[in-house]
Amino acid sequence: MGQRVMITGISRHLSAKLAQRLEGDPAIEYLIGVDTEEPEYDLERTEFVRADIKNPLILKVMETAEVDTLVHLNVIATPTRVGGRSAMKEINVMGSLQLLAAAHKSDRLRKVVVKSTTAIYGATARDPAVFAESMAMESAPVTGYAKDSVEVEQAARDFGRRRKDVVTTILRFANFMGSEIETPLTRYFSLPVVPTAMGYDPRIQFVHEDDAVEVLRRATVEDHPGIYNVAADGVLLLSQAIRICGKFALPVALPLAAPLAGVMRRIGLVDFPRDQLQFLVYGRVADNARMKHRFGFHPAYTTREALEEFVAGQRFQRFVTPERAERWQQDVYDYLRRKARREAEV
Amino acid sequence: MPEAQVIHLDEARPGRSVATRRTAAPAPRGRKAAFERCQAITASGNLCRNRALANGFCTVHRPPPPRERIGPFDSEDVRRALDLARRRLLGQYEVDEFGFDPEFTEKVVLPLVRPFHRRYWRVDWLGLSNVPAKGAALLVSNHAGTVPVDALVMKFGLLDVHPAHRHVRLLAADLAFRMPFVGPMARRMGNTLACSEDALRLLRAGELVGVFPEGYKGVGKGWKNRYHLQRFGRGGFVEVALRAGVPIIPVGIVGSEEIYPMIADLKPLAQLFGFPYFPITPTFPLLGPLGLIPLPSKWIIEFGEPIHTEEYGPEAADDPMLVFDLTDRIRDQVQQMLYRNLMKRRSTFF
Repeated sequence: MGQRVMITGISRHLSAKLAQRLEGDPAIEYLIGVDTEEPEYDLERTEFVRADIKNPLILKVMETAEVDTLVHLNVIATPTRVGGRSAMKEINVMGSLQLLAAAHKSDRLRKVVVKSTTAIYGATARDPAVFAESMAMESAPVTGYAKDSVEVEQAARDFGRRRKDVVTTILRFANFMGSEIETPLTRYFSLPVVPTAMGYDPRIQFVHEDDAVEVLRRATVEDHPGIYNVAADGVLLLSQAIRICGKFALPVALPLAAPLAGVMRRIGLVDFPRDQLQFLVYGRVADNARMKHRFGFHPAYTTREALEEFVAGQRFQRFVTPERAERWQQDVYDYLRRKARREAEV
Repeated sequence: MPEAQVIHLDEARPGRSVATRRTAAPAPRGRKAAFERCQAITASGNLCRNRALANGFCTVHRPPPPRERIGPFDSEDVRRALDLARRRLLGQYEVDEFGFDPEFTEKVVLPLVRPFHRRYWRVDWLGLSNVPAKGAALLVSNHAGTVPVDALVMKFGLLDVHPAHRHVRLLAADLAFRMPFVGPMARRMGNTLACSEDALRLLRAGELVGVFPEGYKGVGKGWKNRYHLQRFGRGGFVEVALRAGVPIIPVGIVGSEEIYPMIADLKPLAQLFGFPYFPITPTFPLLGPLGLIPLPSKWIIEFGEPIHTEEYGPEAADDPMLVFDLTDRIRDQVQQMLYRNLMKRRSTFF
């Protein structure tokens, strides 16, 4: 008998990509996608069920579909699309609690995969440079997406403790990057001029969307109990990343950063959650050693390659390209030589 | 007195049109030459033995044409500088997970810092051979001078004068990383937060790590306490070294105490700004920005004999008695070095 998998948040990019990957796997007998909105992606044999994970009826859905694997990806980072912070919290925290409560009741279930984020480590000047899985919760974030994720993880761990027969995997993803996915960060890097916090240059780390989907797929079909950071090798400085995108940075004094983010949100430019601004000040790097050695996954893209793949997607105008830079260099050199020669003649 | 062999340094640089003798090429063996020899290298790869003319070359070999100059600079140097600028503009450089940017540190910061340790403070380096050419080690140093300049001098001095040109990864207080401009710069130069996680990570990666266990109590101590080591924290650095099994190298820095002699500490002002202390020196804030210029004291930096921690094993990190004992021993050693080198120094400024 094959696996019967349920994916939550199927209308979203990552869930749909995972479903597409799993559809090609003959070992997956049945796939069901749950969301309150219809998916925009082409799904062949994934059954879509319009259901709210906050509703106890979700247990009925799980029972009828005879689900044995639950992949919970319906944790969202930005409040605007769902109509405000409280609605977001409702979906993230209450939804996860309800879903896991239903899962607790389901006898058939033998695997749960929950999406989390490295944002739970926070981002301050007092933190170690690299976060390992064991370091979380010391300075747990108190706002927004990160706080929600802390609570979702807490619920998932409680679930894992109560249902020891179920393989529970928690995946802490670094910021997604790639040519297809759309996140506040990809929109941020697509801006014509990229605002940064003046006097700060955080270290950033990505995970390519393809690598993220592959990790999710393997967590679904293989058994990997535990908590894993999912992040690419290598680190970029924000200023460096902006230059790789061929853009210029616009340094903004720190007290003005939050109001600016608010304005950009209001005019629909970038919906960068206020609680994540800290990330653009101090940055965050997670240790992916456990993912590589215990999970056995080696990401195909480094942080730089993930960004370069995003840049190659050509979603925006680049001001500085390697060709142009080479030309400028030659121009400056020729100018200096000419000038020196003129002066020598005088 | 035998006549000295004259070797023209300027024409012996790479990129020449005629192959020339290396600058450090030894004089021909045997009988001392009574005349200067040609600097060229013959087609067969030997040194030309002909008598040199006034230009340093013989009649067969012509001197290389003068290199093209752009203003006061060599054209090749200008091209290299522009190349660097272009790669930086495109973000084509690597940083490690701590945000360390070796290219920036070596090519941009080091040339700016070099005159300070070479000319301004005229640092004498002692015991450089105690710093390993490769592999991890923990440098433990005294800390003084109101502004932690001593850390940077040690870091860039080792990069500059140590035969292996090693980077020291300094561990700094979180205040440094909270400050705009200072924080990112500190990370770019390879430094990180003073915490055991980061220290262990660096040591296990085989890096040279520098730590100042006195912390603020050391840098911010008054003039009357100069060269009196403060408490060496709780010995966290010893624990880290034991756990990583790396040698501890005591470092004594003489001279840093006199760069900004702190005669008073305005505590209320310090509290207002959130600083650990607010220094009053003979020139600051009396002379305004001029008071920020450090005094040109004479420096001596000595690296002591390494203390090997491997023999204790990593479990020893959980033995508080041993940790305290080692901490005291290292503190003592640093203090001894300071006294010894203070005696050696003729005066504060020479």
